[in-house]
Amino acid sequence: MIYDPLDIALMLAKIALVFFVILTLAAYLVFAERKVLAWIQDRKGPNRVGPFGLLQPLADLIKLLTKEDFRPIGADKWLFYLAPAMAAIPAIMIFAVIPFGAPLRLFGHTVQLQVADLHVGLLLFVALSSLAVYGVALGGWASNSKYALLGSIRGLAQLLSYELSMGLSLVPVVMLARSFRLSDIVAAQAGCWFIVYQPLAFMIFLISIAAECKRIPFDLPEAEGELVAGFHTEYSGMRFGLFFVGEYLNIIALGGLAATFFLGGWHGPLLPPVVCFSVKVLAFAFLFIWIRGTLPRLRYDQLMHFGWKILTPLALLNILVTAWWLVLRG
Amino acid sequence: MEAYLFYLLAAVTVIGTVLAITEKHPVHAIVYLVSSFFSLAAIFFLLAAPLIAMFEVIIYAGAVMVLFMFVIMMLDVGRSGDGLRPGLRQWLPAMLLAGVILALLGMMLAHGGWPAPGAGAAATLRDFSLTLFRQHGVAIEIISLQLLFAVVGALYFGKRRGP
Repeated sequence: MIYDPLDIALMLAKIALVFFVILTLAAYLVFAERKVLAWIQDRKGPNRVGPFGLLQPLADLIKLLTKEDFRPIGADKWLFYLAPAMAAIPAIMIFAVIPFGAPLRLFGHTVQLQVADLHVGLLLFVALSSLAVYGVALGGWASNSKYALLGSIRGLAQLLSYELSMGLSLVPVVMLARSFRLSDIVAAQAGCWFIVYQPLAFMIFLISIAAECKRIPFDLPEAEGELVAGFHTEYSGMRFGLFFVGEYLNIIALGGLAATFFLGGWHGPLLPPVVCFSVKVLAFAFLFIWIRGTLPRLRYDQLMHFGWKILTPLALLNILVTAWWLVLRG
Repeated sequence: MEAYLFYLLAAVTVIGTVLAITEKHPVHAIVYLVSSFFSLAAIFFLLAAPLIAMFEVIIYAGAVMVLFMFVIMMLDVGRSGDGLRPGLRQWLPAMLLAGVILALLGMMLAHGGWPAPGAGAAATLRDFSLTLFRQHGVAIEIISLQLLFAVVGALYFGKRRGP
C-alpha cells in the first residue's frame, strides 16, 4: 500500500487537534461544573485564580501532579497503577469515530473531520464503552479496601445493566440509517433529525449514558454519603486525576455521540458545521451538570429495577415498533 | 507491514492465553485473558473481518469476562491460596482435547491451508447478515431457542424456593 505523506501529516494533525481540544475541554468542564453548581446553589464558585477563576483548572493540574503518589498496604501493585489508565483510555479512543464537522477541502485533498470512518463505528463505540468497566472494577478491587470494593461491585453491575439498554436504544438508529458507519448516520439526518422519529430511543439513550458516566442520579459507585468516594477512594494525585478526567472525557464523548445519533451530528441551521456540533456537545454537558445540581441519588435497588424492568423492555418494544413501521411503510 | 503486525499480535495472544492458564490468581488470569481477546480482535481486523473483531470485544472481553470478574469479586475467591490448583484428573481431558485440536490444525496446515483473505475481500455487513439470516436461518433460530432455554433454566434455578 502506498501512503501519501500529506495524508499521513493531515491524519496526525487531526489526532493532535482532537487530543488537544478534548483534554482542554475536559479540564474546563470541571471548572464549568463547579461554576454552574455554584450558581444553582447560590454560591460564587472558584473565582481566585486568574480573571473570573479561569486559571483554576491549571492550578488543579499542578496540585494533582505534585501530590504524593502512594499505594495502600496490601494493594495489588500493577492493577492499582494500571486501573486509572484503563478508565481513561477507552473514553479517549471513542473520539476516533465521532464525526465533528463536514468534510473539508485542504491542499487538494478531501479531509474527513473524523479520525477513523470505520464501517463498524457504532459497534466500536459499544465495544469501548463495555471495556470502560475494567477501570472501575479493577481500581476498586486492587485498592484492598472495603469501600472501594463495594463501589466497584456496584459499578460493575450498573455499567453492565445500562450498557444493555444503551445498545438496544441504538438499534432503531441503525435501522433508520441502514448503516453502522457514523458518517452515514449523520448523512441520513440531513433532512430530519432522528430525535423526531425516535424520541423514546433518545430518552432511553440519554438516561443510559447518564448511568454510563456515573453521573448523579446514578452515581452509586462513588456515592460519597455511603462509600467515601467509592472505587477511587484510595487514589491520590494524578491517578485520581486520571479517573476524574476520564469521567469528563466520557461526558464529552457520550454527548458527542448523542448529538451524532439523534441530533443530526454536525448538521444544523445558520452556523458552520463544527460550531453546530460543539454547541450540541456543550448543551449535553450543561444538561448533565444541571441534572447533577437538581436531582437526588437513586437507591441501589431502584437503579437496578429501573434499568432491567423499565428501560430494557421499553427499548425492546421500541425496536419492534420501529421494525414494523419500517416494514409497513415499505 | 501487515505480516509484522500479525506476528506481534499473535505472540501477544498466545502469551496472554498461556499466562491466563498458569496464573494462580483469578483476577490476574482474567486480565491476561482480556488482553489476549483484545489482540485476537485486532487480528480479525487485520483479516478484513471488522464485524467479528467488534463482536469479539463486545461479547468476550466486554460481557463474558466482566461477568466472570463480577462473580470472582462477589465471592472473593482467589485469597484461598493454592487449594484451587487443578490436579492431573482435571488436566488430562483438557490436554487430550487440546491435542486433538492441535493435530487437526497440523493436518490442515500440512494440506496447504487456506489463503488468507486479502484486504479487498472485506465482507460488508450486508453480505454477512444476508448469509447469516437467509442461508443459515434455521440454525440461528435453533441456537436462539437454546439460549432461551438456558435463560429460563437459569431463572428457575435462581428463584428462591418457598419461604
